[in-house]
Amino acid sequence: MEPMPKALKVLNWLTGALFLAALYLSLFFAPREAVMGDVQRVFYFHVAAGWVGALAFLVAAAAGVLLLIRREHRWDGVALASVEIGVVFTFINIVSGSIWARPIWNTWWTWDPRLVTATIMELIYLAYLLLREGVEDPDRRARFAAVYSILGFLTVPLTFLSIRIFRTIHPVVVGSGDPTATGAFDMSPRMRVAFFFSLLTFTFVYATLLWHRLRLYRLSEKLDTLKIKLLS
Amino acid sequence: MNRSAESGSPAVHAGEKSTVRGYLRVIRAIVWKDLAAELRSREMMSAMLVFALLVVIIFNFALELDVRTRENATAGVLWVTFAFAGTLGLNRSIAIEKDRGCLDGLLLAPIDRSALYFGKVMSNLLFMLAVEAVIFPLYSVLYNVNLFVPGLLLVVFLGSWGYVAVGTLLAAMTVQTRTRDVLLPILLFPVVLPVLVPALKASDAYLQGLEMPAIMPWLNLLIVYDVIFTALAFMGFDYIVEE
Repeated sequence: MEPMPKALKVLNWLTGALFLAALYLSLFFAPREAVMGDVQRVFYFHVAAGWVGALAFLVAAAAGVLLLIRREHRWDGVALASVEIGVVFTFINIVSGSIWARPIWNTWWTWDPRLVTATIMELIYLAYLLLREGVEDPDRRARFAAVYSILGFLTVPLTFLSIRIFRTIHPVVVGSGDPTATGAFDMSPRMRVAFFFSLLTFTFVYATLLWHRLRLYRLSEKLDTLKIKLLS
Repeated sequence: MNRSAESGSPAVHAGEKSTVRGYLRVIRAIVWKDLAAELRSREMMSAMLVFALLVVIIFNFALELDVRTRENATAGVLWVTFAFAGTLGLNRSIAIEKDRGCLDGLLLAPIDRSALYFGKVMSNLLFMLAVEAVIFPLYSVLYNVNLFVPGLLLVVFLGSWGYVAVGTLLAAMTVQTRTRDVLLPILLFPVVLPVLVPALKASDAYLQGLEMPAIMPWLNLLIVYDVIFTALAFMGFDYIVEE
C-alpha cells in the first residue's frame, strides 16, 4: 500500500474547510430570499452539483479522446472515475431540484425540458457503467467506453441549452433568462458570493474525489496483476 | 459473403480503393450483400414488420384511441414503433455478421473501415425505410389518417438516418459484449434522443399542418444532430471493430 501523497492530504483538509465555509455562506451569510424563503438556499448546492456533473462528463469525454489517440490505459481510469462522480452529483442535482420544486412548483416532478434532459444525461452514464460491465477484455472495454462517453457527451450541451432554446419553467438565474419563470429571482451581492463560492467548493470536492478514485483504480489494477502472478 | 465476393471484387483491386468511385463501389457491394442475404432468408424484415405491427396494435389498446387523441398521438406512436423495430433490425444485422465470423472476413478485406461502416448504415437504413414504407399505408388505413405528407416523409428519412447512424455504431459495440441483446436499446435510446425528439416534434407539426416557421427549428436541430452523429460514428467505428 503506497502512502497517500502529501498534496492529496493537503487537498483533503482544504476541501473540508472550503465545504464548511460554503455551508456557512449558503445557510447563514446569504440573505433569505424574499418570495421563496429558506428553500431557495438549496439553489447554491443544486447548481454546484449540476456543474460538477457536467464538468465530470466533459472530463470523461476528454479522457476518452486522449485514450483513443494516445492509447494510454491510464485515461480509462480517469474516465471511469469521472463518470462515477458525475453520476452521483447529477443525482444530487436532480434530487435537490426536486426538493426545491415541491414548494415552489407544487410538484416533485414535472416534464420540463431541463429536467428531462438532465435525467437523460444521467441515464446515458448509467448505461456507460452497464456497458463497462459487459466487456471483459480491459483494452476493448477502454475503447468502447471512450467512444460511448464521447457520443454521450453530445447531449450535455443540449441539457445546458435546454432552458435557453425550449419554452420552460425552469429559471435561468445566470445570464438573465425569462424573469416570468416560476421561481426566478435576482441575486443580491451576498447571494452571488455564496453562489460562486459553492461552485468553487464543489469543483474542489470533485478534484479531491477524482484523485482518491484514481488511486483506488490503480491499487485495484495492482491487485489484479498480483493475483495473476500468484495464480500462475 | 458470397455475394460480396462476386459483385464487390472489382472494388478491392489494388490502386482503386483510394478513389471515390472505388469507395462507393465497396459501399454498394456491402449493401448488395446484405440485401441478397435478406432476400434469401427474409428473417430480419419479417421480424421487424410483425413487431412493428404489434406495437401499433398495442398502442391502440393502450391509448384507447378516439379520433381526437389519435390525431395527436400519431407522430408519437409512429416514432416509438420505428425506434423499437429499429433496434430489432440493428441487433440482427450486426449479429448476423458476428455469428459465423463474417465480420472478421469483412475486416480482413483490404477495404477502408469507414466504407464498411457506411455500407452497414446504408443497408440498415434501407431495411428501416422498407419497414416504414409498409407501416405508413397500414397505419393510414387502420387509423384513417393520411400520412403521405411530403414534409413528413422527409422528416422520417432524416430521423431514420440519424437513428441508424448511431445505431449501427452501437450495435457493432454491443454485439461484442456479454449482454449483447439487452444492451443495445439501453445504450442507444438516451443517446439518440436528440434525433428522435426533433423528428417527433417535426412529424407532429407536419401532421397538424403548422406553418414552416414553427417546423424549421426542429428540422434544423434534426439535421445538425444527423451530421454530428454521422461524423462521430464514422470516426469511432475504427476503434470499435479493431482487435
